[in-house]
Amino acid sequence: MQQFLLPDAGEGLTEAEIVEWHVAPGDTVTVNQVLVEIETAKSLVELPSPWAGVVTQLLATPGDTVLVGTPIVEIDTDPTGSAPAPTPEAAPAAAADDEAGAEPASAGGGAVLVGYGTAGAATSRRARVAVAPAGGSTAVITGSTVTFGDGSVGAVPPAGVGAGSSTDRSGAGRSGSVPSSGTVPSSGTVVENGPGHALAKPPVRKLARDLGLELDSVAATGPGGIVTREDVLEYAARAQAKELATYAEDDRPWLASGTVSADGRQTRVPVRSVRKRTAEAMVTSAFTAPHVTVFHTVDVTETMKLVERLRADREFADVRVTPLLITAKALLLAVHRHPEVNATWDDDSQEIVYKHYVNLGIAAATPRGLVVPNVKDAHRLSLLGLARGIAELTAHARSGKASPAEMADGTITITNVGVFGIDTGTPILNPGEAAILAFGAIRQQPWVHKGKVKPRYVTQLALSFDHRLVDGELGSRVLADVAAVLQDPARGLVWG
Amino acid sequence: MTDSPLGPLSEDGLVRLLTPAGERIASPAYDEHAASLTPQTLRGMYRDMVLARRFDVEATALQRQGELALFAQALGQEAAQIGSAYALAPQDHVFPSYREHGVALVRGVDLVDVLRLFRGVEHGGWDPVAHGFHLYTLVVGAHPLHATGYAMGVQRDGLVGTGDASRDTAVLTYFGDGSTSQGDVNEAMVFAAVNQAPLVLFCQNNQWAISEPTTSQAIAPIANRAPGFGIPSVRVDGNDVVAVYAVTAAALERARTGGGPTFVEALTYRMGAHTTSDDPSRYRTSEQEQHWRQRDPIDRLRAYLERLGELPEVFRAELAGEAEALGERLRTQVRAMGRPAADRMFEHVYATPHAVVETEREWFEAYEASFEGSGR
Repeated sequence: MQQFLLPDAGEGLTEAEIVEWHVAPGDTVTVNQVLVEIETAKSLVELPSPWAGVVTQLLATPGDTVLVGTPIVEIDTDPTGSAPAPTPEAAPAAAADDEAGAEPASAGGGAVLVGYGTAGAATSRRARVAVAPAGGSTAVITGSTVTFGDGSVGAVPPAGVGAGSSTDRSGAGRSGSVPSSGTVPSSGTVVENGPGHALAKPPVRKLARDLGLELDSVAATGPGGIVTREDVLEYAARAQAKELATYAEDDRPWLASGTVSADGRQTRVPVRSVRKRTAEAMVTSAFTAPHVTVFHTVDVTETMKLVERLRADREFADVRVTPLLITAKALLLAVHRHPEVNATWDDDSQEIVYKHYVNLGIAAATPRGLVVPNVKDAHRLSLLGLARGIAELTAHARSGKASPAEMADGTITITNVGVFGIDTGTPILNPGEAAILAFGAIRQQPWVHKGKVKPRYVTQLALSFDHRLVDGELGSRVLADVAAVLQDPARGLVWG
Repeated sequence: MTDSPLGPLSEDGLVRLLTPAGERIASPAYDEHAASLTPQTLRGMYRDMVLARRFDVEATALQRQGELALFAQALGQEAAQIGSAYALAPQDHVFPSYREHGVALVRGVDLVDVLRLFRGVEHGGWDPVAHGFHLYTLVVGAHPLHATGYAMGVQRDGLVGTGDASRDTAVLTYFGDGSTSQGDVNEAMVFAAVNQAPLVLFCQNNQWAISEPTTSQAIAPIANRAPGFGIPSVRVDGNDVVAVYAVTAAALERARTGGGPTFVEALTYRMGAHTTSDDPSRYRTSEQEQHWRQRDPIDRLRAYLERLGELPEVFRAELAGEAEALGERLRTQVRAMGRPAADRMFEHVYATPHAVVETEREWFEAYEASFEGSGR
């Protein structure tokens, strides 16, 4: 008596529907005679009999959906009972494999083949010999370890779809938490995907892209570590930028964009545009040009008087006269006397390039961040022309309209930290320039003037320079000249 | 069915030596090659075609009985396979895809061993060197590159154009119409052409790349592509075993004598499914199948032999018995087929001892020993 087990007629099918029997109990059948027609997920298939004999019993009826590996018909291969008929498995010895160590064929003609498990077969894993967790070799082989809550470390068991696939993807050294049934808090099914490895169906990928999310950062809860639509939507809801009111009574958001962390304690803002360029420029400058900064505290009372006079001057009626304007002029005068400071280090050609022109940069704080537009050919401008140039430049910058041309090809820069009430700082060079002047806040301070302590307008100047091409002497002379003009603007007549 | 005269399935310009009714027609270009087919050889071809078909039927049944994981039928392609294989010399080397069971038979491979792969117990199943028949390649279109490389090796071994018929060697690779859409096949043609490799690129155009018809992958005959690479090509009626033999013999001779590669397109028809996982009734009509069933390659050769009076009844009876015995042997041996020891997979990775493979084998043995009841 033989039982015919429903085979996997496709690749990896687990079930099929009985469509029509071509035999009935009592029928005599020959080898390869069609017994039954079944329908799988892929096709209509006729199943031929493996044996000759008499059908004794049909074990499924048309319309039944039967799991692969289930008996569907019984055939008496020795209906006369005359001889101990050899079963098909009792093959001639010659047919047996000649290779030593061959494993025996699985019992039963309908056995499911390697890699094509039925529901029953899938659960029958071979038991492993217990391995002490301390054994390093196992951990190395699996390429991943889990640190449990109590601090113990163990090898990741290969069991479980989610854990298995995650283990496959995790490269050496990745220390992400791999869930292991019952040892990790939460549902134990969340899988962290490595970068670029998130699994998701195409519509979910599109959804994530439309929402501007990185699929890799979404925790997956789907079977086998797949990111589901719900995962994406939930992540999107959590990651949405919201008004940040961290402190009591602080109900106004202080960041315009970005995403707030789940616990509400951090906001992440993508680095873009001005911030990004500033960062790149500062890193380039700070790590290529060795900076030296020199300082000078100076009595600018005469400069303040000059500013007062110019403000009253009809010629300057339509422009804003500030101490910065005089400082700019003073710097231009200093550059005129020490043109070597108006230069750049060309590392590629190993040359120092001296500029015959001064494009005077003015660092401006704008809503978009720090920008440094420059007044072109500032050395040729009259004081009024310089005033207009600076006014135009800062207006453009503050309204976000500074053009790339306006910010390119600067030769030397002033940063006016004084507007923030700061005494001074150590400015970082605008890349491609050799010097930058920081202009601090002007305050009335007790100052020794003509042998007596008097209230005077005093400020601090700081000049950073690129020590590759500007030595301490040159830098100091430049700063001293700027200070001399600010202390006594008449000096400008001498040097102009 | 044929399409327009200029299309990829056009029968215009096909080399044909036997009509579908089995009448021999003259072909000045190929009569000389066909002349070497004696009645005895023709009977041998007929025998092998019948046995290959019996193998096909039995293996399909074994898959339906759960004994094989998968099977790819060659049904309807017997003339293309047997005819071309008969043109091979013993020293020639074949790179098949995964459907060349008829070629395997002619090259002396035990067809039971072919089923080791389809049962899922072995990666191969036979010694490729002993049979001049490489292992099946299941990656579509990958092996024509291997064949080209092998042919270039033959060149470098000085086994081309020596004038010694027992030494001069050719390489023959089989692939389907669908694989010609792959880059690999085209790359193989580039290398074969510029190196003038002793290679025959044998395309069995069975009209189906799984469910995709040739007409959706080409608008002109596939063989027309080869001249663009500098490779002469010929189209042959793939259900005419005599024509396939003659065309392949001429191409192999050209290769062995240093004449370079040839592209042969044998127009045939896949009468069965792509594999046992496929259901062709979902994408093609029974009328089309019927049309090609009437052009069965075995019927054609039988009709020719009958016209010649060279198919005696006793031969037929013996062949029928031989086919039955083959079916029986396949059934019993496949069912008894055990798994080889798992560590055998390390044996043929490299021809010589290899440190990395040794390390992997040691690791694998330790891994196997880590299971309960492994007895180690």
